[in-house]
Amino acid sequence: MKVLYFAWVRERVGKPEEDVTPPASVATVGDLIAWLSGRGEGYAHAFENPRVIRAAIDRAHVRADTAIAGAREIAFFPPMTGG
Amino acid sequence: MTATIRLQQEPFDAAAEARALTHGRTDVGAVVTFTGICRGDENGEPIAGLTLEHYPGMAEAEIGRHIEAAERRWSLQGVTVIHRFGRIAPGEDIVLVVTASSHRQDAFAAAEFLMDYLKTRAPFWKRVERAASGGVSGWVDAKSSDDTAADRWGKKPGHNQAAE
Repeated sequence: MKVLYFAWVRERVGKPEEDVTPPASVATVGDLIAWLSGRGEGYAHAFENPRVIRAAIDRAHVRADTAIAGAREIAFFPPMTGG
Repeated sequence: MTATIRLQQEPFDAAAEARALTHGRTDVGAVVTFTGICRGDENGEPIAGLTLEHYPGMAEAEIGRHIEAAERRWSLQGVTVIHRFGRIAPGEDIVLVVTASSHRQDAFAAAEFLMDYLKTRAPFWKRVERAASGGVSGWVDAKSSDDTAADRWGKKPGHNQAAE
């Protein structure tokens, strides 16, 4: 699946997007955050406070307990500050 | 209802967008135009400008979901939302919401509803360049007062209901 990062999550991870293949045990958005955190220092920094991380699956907001099965595109970003 | 969503780097013309919603029709009795403008300070510190990052594709989709929610809630003849991205200098426009209705109450309420949700649910992020300390920049923190403003409208229309 394709994973996208925005704003300071993107800066900390060090890339805007990537393709990842998490193991089958990664079932939810929260699981994916925990799994990504283990991929390196930048990821650990980006996801150090999972409570503030917002997520979207296929361009719609989702919560941490949402299942990721079938997702084509998952995005992680900080709370939004538009308008 | 006419719904227009545009994300662009270029400035917009608020008056022209409002005119476009009423042109050639006589059923519109009220047009509310809201323009959000880049201030010259952030938390009391002078800034040199803002850079707005967005999530292309989701931003349009999310704004569209909120326009649909507004349409279900109020009687509207037209809605236009324009949000700029990229670098924006103090004094420049950032966002435009125009709502057209037969009566003012619906136009006012829908415009306020859309702005409250744009601030908390549309995937945009502001980075400020501070005027002092050599132009050091930083991401703007989300304000809890914006969440409170959005929460007063009730259920979050942008949420993936199937996922909850």
